[in-house]
Amino acid sequence: MPDFDYSLLGADGKHAVDRGLAAAEWYHSEIPRKDMKALMRRSDQPALRDTLILFGAMALCAGLGIALYPGWASVPFWLAYGVMYGSAMDSRWHECGHGTAFKTDRYNDIVYHIASFCIVRNPVTWRWSHARHHTDTIIVGRDPEIALMRPPDAVRVGLNFIGLTDAWAGWKRMILNASGKLDAQEATYIPQTEVSKVVRVARVWVAIYAATLAAAVMWQSWIPLLLIGLPRLFGAWHHVMTGLLQHGGLAENVVDHRLNCRTVYMNRISRFIYWNMNYHVEHHMFPMVPYHRLPELHALIKDDLPAPNRSIAEAYAEMLPVLWRQLRGEDFFLRRVLPDTAKPYKDDLHGAALPAE
Amino acid sequence: MTDWIDACATEDIEEEDLIRFDHGGRTYAIYRSPDDDYFCTDGLCTHEKVHLEDGLVMDYTIECPKHNGRFDYRTGEALRAPVCVNLGTYPVKVEGGRVFVQVA
Repeated sequence: MPDFDYSLLGADGKHAVDRGLAAAEWYHSEIPRKDMKALMRRSDQPALRDTLILFGAMALCAGLGIALYPGWASVPFWLAYGVMYGSAMDSRWHECGHGTAFKTDRYNDIVYHIASFCIVRNPVTWRWSHARHHTDTIIVGRDPEIALMRPPDAVRVGLNFIGLTDAWAGWKRMILNASGKLDAQEATYIPQTEVSKVVRVARVWVAIYAATLAAAVMWQSWIPLLLIGLPRLFGAWHHVMTGLLQHGGLAENVVDHRLNCRTVYMNRISRFIYWNMNYHVEHHMFPMVPYHRLPELHALIKDDLPAPNRSIAEAYAEMLPVLWRQLRGEDFFLRRVLPDTAKPYKDDLHGAALPAE
Repeated sequence: MTDWIDACATEDIEEEDLIRFDHGGRTYAIYRSPDDDYFCTDGLCTHEKVHLEDGLVMDYTIECPKHNGRFDYRTGEALRAPVCVNLGTYPVKVEGGRVFVQVA
């Protein structure tokens, strides 16, 4: 397998720019403007409902967890609270970061800041990181959010199911930012005018964690840490499980989201936690469509997309053998097949990027 | 003084929507507000140069279709990251059911 340099400061990033893969023109399925406007239309009601349910369930689980602590009977409530804190907040961070969840932007901002804290992603930094992810999706050396690189780092990915990779990196970054500095890579996509905001948020977070630790020490109790901080670890598994499927094992360095994103049908609970990001091809192709309209968007364009995976298990059954081959050093990935009804796009470019199977 | 350019008919733009207008090697966006007023801005988002024609008009804002950055299309003011640089705006007048713009 050739060596890939996923660093934003490395040779592959420069090579991507030279090949015209940076800020390229990506494929979009054709949708009449009238239909698209209807799909993009914003509403507060679905996200208000979902947010009330989420925060209500978190309060209930935390309350029962505290009431039953330290008995074993409290464990299921802490585990449920953890998934809502360490996984559902990932999708809330994502959707509210796009500004599509609520019509009222102030609601987007409030939930975005809460979710960013829970998931340990600086809300200023990650807005820019995610913008780059949408500009240069899975372009090696350009996209800062590639979760599964080639060859995959099995230990790093495994540890992330209990949050250790990303949360640890987030906390280290928080300390660095609070000291007034940026990491060299994040400095490549954060405008200078935004740096003071990054630092200010990091300092507020340090103060919150310090207060939480102080409370735990003062009361000689784990409860403050079970409420703030630790759930990012023991509740991370669901967002990692669903997040790896977004692009895992698929093509790199293509400019067609049908080839490097995966749509997976999921159960209702996972879709609630994940806020419909299982429709991931659709989301990348049309990021202005709110999460609650993605099933309709999927129905409208599915004939132009590769067949979706029918379940999380089926998607993993498809992805894991690919990762295994990559782990063994093979230059291999899953080439998405477009249906006969789909429009091809840039076959010349993708022919070079996608070797024949 | 720049001439007024006949850009389109008023009914070419739906209420609370926009269309693309190309002229003199440059590209613009012309908007029809919910109050039936017309406005004109540069056509490309100041963030990554994506055309705003596929964006979403909500009241007096235009949202970029790529990264969801927002501008006030009346003033060009950048309202929401990742856009930080304002859009250029241009005078508009409506006469006889036609929209005229004064672009450089």
